[in-house]
Amino acid sequence: MTTKTDVTNNELPPYRKREALNRWIISLPALSIIMLAAIGPILIMLLYSFMVKGDYGGVKLWEFSFDGWINVFFQRDIFDETLGLADAHLTIFWRSLKLSILTTLAALAFGLPTAYFIATRPKHTREIWVFLITIPFWANLLIRTFAIQEVIRNEGIINNTLLAIGIIDSPIQMLYTDGAILFGMVYVYLPLMVLPLYASIEKLDFRLVEAGYDLYATRLKVLRRIILPMIKPGMIAGCILVFIPSLGAYVTPRLLGGGKNMMLGNLIESQFGAGRNWPLGSAISITLMLLVMFALIFYVRNATRSGANHG
Amino acid sequence: MGSRHFNVRTLPGFGFIALLTFFLLYLPICMLVFYAFNSGDSIVQWEGFSLRWFEVALKNDAVQEAAGRSILIAVIAATVATICATMAALATTRVKPYPGLVFKYAVINQPLMVPEIVTAVALLIVFSKIKVWTGYSGLTYLILAHTAFCIPFAYLPIRARLESMDSGLEVAAGDLYATPWKTFRLITLPLLRPGIIAGFMLAFVISLDDVVITEFVKSGGQETLPTYMLGQLRRSITPEVNAIATVFLAFSVLLVTAFFFSSRKKT
Repeated sequence: MTTKTDVTNNELPPYRKREALNRWIISLPALSIIMLAAIGPILIMLLYSFMVKGDYGGVKLWEFSFDGWINVFFQRDIFDETLGLADAHLTIFWRSLKLSILTTLAALAFGLPTAYFIATRPKHTREIWVFLITIPFWANLLIRTFAIQEVIRNEGIINNTLLAIGIIDSPIQMLYTDGAILFGMVYVYLPLMVLPLYASIEKLDFRLVEAGYDLYATRLKVLRRIILPMIKPGMIAGCILVFIPSLGAYVTPRLLGGGKNMMLGNLIESQFGAGRNWPLGSAISITLMLLVMFALIFYVRNATRSGANHG
Repeated sequence: MGSRHFNVRTLPGFGFIALLTFFLLYLPICMLVFYAFNSGDSIVQWEGFSLRWFEVALKNDAVQEAAGRSILIAVIAATVATICATMAALATTRVKPYPGLVFKYAVINQPLMVPEIVTAVALLIVFSKIKVWTGYSGLTYLILAHTAFCIPFAYLPIRARLESMDSGLEVAAGDLYATPWKTFRLITLPLLRPGIIAGFMLAFVISLDDVVITEFVKSGGQETLPTYMLGQLRRSITPEVNAIATVFLAFSVLLVTAFFFSSRKKT
């Protein structure tokens, strides 16, 4: 990338030769819209997280307190004002983290063979397979989650089939469980795993695989020692792309987890809705954002390291 | 042993898992579409083929209104986002690194890096205050919010296209005394067009599909099609929702397919 820009900027077309000021002016609309309707509000939310909560939602403006942040992990006993761990919140944090990690692993388990399968098809059919993976992705997230809901409900196709075959006597309750959220998230985010994996498997030099076999390596050994190390950047990219939206998921747990099995996204919503605790909701939001940032930083560090390794 | 004839490119079991994945990916969607054609009131009990629910959905004023609003917002947001993204791409691509460049990248890509629910509640905080102060609660808030998260999606393909473009033609135009504006209009813009179209399509679909931010920003009576469906899913569900989803699905798939084949022809 750097080499490309180096070559072109010697002969910039005249309209770009103007000073940096012009570049700021033409990027101003994009920058200011995002500042106005994304970054600015998040900064204000950061401020809100340090204010005293209003009695009917909102905050008492300019009355500061750390209660919002303390309440993320602790709760005050109503009788003796001592602090104890907020078990309900910790459960939700733990569930979010656990389900996101499991979603990522399951997506990898299904996504890797799928991406490998696509990448090893003949060239002219490959595009069609990629297209087949992306189509469900372009369908509305809500619609896909609803589709899952329909399949796993008590009268849905899975239970009906199992009942008909006689494996079970009464329907299994699948909807409104953690398992349903997991299944739903794997389903909706799978293309995000397959696409980067496909991109790196497609570039794989199969002569190296052949060399491995020639040297009497077993299939497992070739997979573990040759293929997996070479597609590691794609694996990391896919995992990050699945992990991040899973952690912040809102629609999927709401429709498939019901009211009991909340994730962080639903906890945040409940603080702005029925909970009427905006500072707490803001603090949880900022925490979620930081968790995502950590994941991204981890990714960038890994990507640059493996990029350096491969030249 | 007999294993001398194997294909080095295949791994045992991978093909099976891949085909299973494709099957699982399409099964729920197919079921959803299937029951949209059910003549009965149930979304799981098949009673016979009928287009009844499509008729119900199409005649439902709330659906019509929500669909119209969704398209209006998506068209405006995608258009504004594409124009802004094109300008921003021109300022951040094919340039020597300059102070502020990294800042610009960070700002433009910010909506991709923050969970939607976080942006949604932040917008709720700010816009609800502004709505009280100004007394205005029109569609502008939704359009502004949609434009913001559409910009990075429009920016990506435009930037990619611009980066792969040869600046030779533009330099030649300048040598032939074309004004900067003329060079841009006659050389850069036509070359950039595939990227701009891709960016617009992406932004349009993203805006059309949005649930979370819309749900938190909308004022009363400003349902879009996704938020309307979300509301319906909380009540008792009839195949009407399946019918709406099927039409929505068909629309998105047609859009993406058209785009897929048009872009395939060129390359």
